[in-house]
Amino acid sequence: MDTIAEIPKEEYVLKCSSACAGCSDSLALRYVLKAAGPDTVLVIPACCTSVIQGIYPNTAFNVPVYNIAFGAAAACASGMSNAFRAAGKKTNVIVYAGDGGTLDIGIQAMSGAFERGTDFLYICYDNEAYGNTGMQRSGATPLGAKTTTTPTGKTDFKKDIDGIIAAHNPPYMATAAAAYPQDLFKKVQKALSFRGPSFIHVLAPCPPGWRYSTEKTVEMGKLAVKSGIWVLYEREYGKLTMGAQSKVAMKKPIPLEDYLSPQGRFKGIDPKNVEILKQRIQKNFAKLSAEEAAS
Amino acid sequence: MKKIATGNKAVAEAVKQIVPDVVAAYPITPQTEIVEQIAEFVTGGELKSRYIPVESEHSAMAACIGASITGARTFTATSSHGLLYMHEMTNWAAGARLPVVMANVNRSIGPGWNIWAEHTDALQERDTGWLQVYVSTVQEAYDATIMAFRIAEHHDVLLPVMVNLDGFVLSHLMQPLDTIEVGDFIPPLSLPHAIDTNNPAGYGGLTGTDQHFLMRWDMERSIRDSVKVIEETEKEFARRFGREYGFTENYQCDDAEVIVVAMGTLGKEMEVAVDLLRKEGVKAGSLRIRWLRPFPNLSILKGKEVVIIDRDYSFGRGGVLATEIVAQTKEDVFSVIAGLGGQEVTYDDIADFVRKRQVGKEFWFGVKDNV
Repeated sequence: MDTIAEIPKEEYVLKCSSACAGCSDSLALRYVLKAAGPDTVLVIPACCTSVIQGIYPNTAFNVPVYNIAFGAAAACASGMSNAFRAAGKKTNVIVYAGDGGTLDIGIQAMSGAFERGTDFLYICYDNEAYGNTGMQRSGATPLGAKTTTTPTGKTDFKKDIDGIIAAHNPPYMATAAAAYPQDLFKKVQKALSFRGPSFIHVLAPCPPGWRYSTEKTVEMGKLAVKSGIWVLYEREYGKLTMGAQSKVAMKKPIPLEDYLSPQGRFKGIDPKNVEILKQRIQKNFAKLSAEEAAS
Repeated sequence: MKKIATGNKAVAEAVKQIVPDVVAAYPITPQTEIVEQIAEFVTGGELKSRYIPVESEHSAMAACIGASITGARTFTATSSHGLLYMHEMTNWAAGARLPVVMANVNRSIGPGWNIWAEHTDALQERDTGWLQVYVSTVQEAYDATIMAFRIAEHHDVLLPVMVNLDGFVLSHLMQPLDTIEVGDFIPPLSLPHAIDTNNPAGYGGLTGTDQHFLMRWDMERSIRDSVKVIEETEKEFARRFGREYGFTENYQCDDAEVIVVAMGTLGKEMEVAVDLLRKEGVKAGSLRIRWLRPFPNLSILKGKEVVIIDRDYSFGRGGVLATEIVAQTKEDVFSVIAGLGGQEVTYDDIADFVRKRQVGKEFWFGVKDNV
């Protein structure tokens, strides 16, 4: 698949969902479901997608959606996957969870499901805060970002959930961004081709939460990748491959300020924190490229 | 087939007879023997269930929910803090109308750490929409676990069922066990709202006030309808397998002037107390509550003196059983709080409660400065 025209035309995220304008959670989900196809069940913990799907008895999604409590998505999917496999069904079981439901309250259930080799795909769409409840800090909020519970900017770093997942040695894991739908589409298809647990971490910029204007949602994802603060890669049986866009960014990143300055959440960020973020981008690239060279 | 088994083994034997599609469980004292035995059955090929060794009780119930909504038959077992840890998900299972069956080995709640029998764990689940039955013998643990599946899965019910057995005094007690072949007593599970990818639907999404209200009423209607289903199931079980059960187990109640009431193993112990009292000329009877939800009709207690033994307590209110019974009969009782944290309560003690009853009062057994 080389062009966006080759992505199936079937829509599983229907019109009239309750997503905010410029929502990249629903944009990413649109391509996730196009890649997964109709024999798919979504398991959704409390997150923006709980809202986006619409209000009972209507649903904006054209696959079965099982909503479950905040910390329980991976465990619920674990039971569902086992029941489908016991019945001889190949139905895709996909958890579609926010960063709060993944990095914070859901991490125990997720770790357990990965350790047990559950045959499912876990997708974390990451808008770097608790979006559903109005942007409180999460373990995914980056250093310096303002949220309603870090009004002067977060003083802690973003949790390395990819490192934590990697420690579980899943057959397949990847990062992606809603701004690169073809890349996301391919990674979802690949993830679903593996037996066992797979993980995709999708950067999902959020206009009301990050405080940028809605038409810049795709641009924001691209700026994140081009600045290197978000790195696209995949790890297949431990073998790491960095995405072409990120290889360019590693050699010649755009200034991080180009990514930070359009976002209200970084307004007035301490220049020392910007320097720390830049250093961490370099360290992360060095670590990932060393791993790629070694694997 | 006749054998000797503990309460825990009896539950595992019942599960082996039922063959759930998915068992997801986490070990906790004194329930561990149930999960160990099921894991052994599965590993040895004697039980064709998928066993998910989850990392917590919260995940155990979540996994049962995820499996159940596909139309699979599910089972789990827990106790005490494990039950409390899954509390969010027990509510979910009931609200999602999933016929999950769970054995709960009744144990006290910390602190301090205490692993012995008490009913406070299950009673904290009283208002979740689960049906709850309390058993008193190894045989009853087995029979009730089997019947729980038929009751939970009945289309007039579609609510989860919790089988409660007292920690250690029953879970680890050896008694004779007569196992059965269930045959078509347990028909195949057909979940009307099972997930179907050919007919996609949303489950448990945002729900407005009116719809939510109606869903709650529907749960209440079903738990009321479960009375009939429980009666039919127990009657059919008696017809096929020869062992009779009911909402309560009444002993010498017909001509009794004073009736002692309890749940679980104390409810069996008190039959011996009744015999002792009868020898002394006291017209005593005993009534063991088996089903707490749906709550039984206790009109038999009307006009009698009633002594209620609670192996639980609701702080600031009283014994849960006493509170529930008084609310129904509108008559004063002698409320005894006994057996908390595995406190030993003998039939002599129970006979003494009856002898020294003070209707209208509450008595904490073993505490010197009460009443």
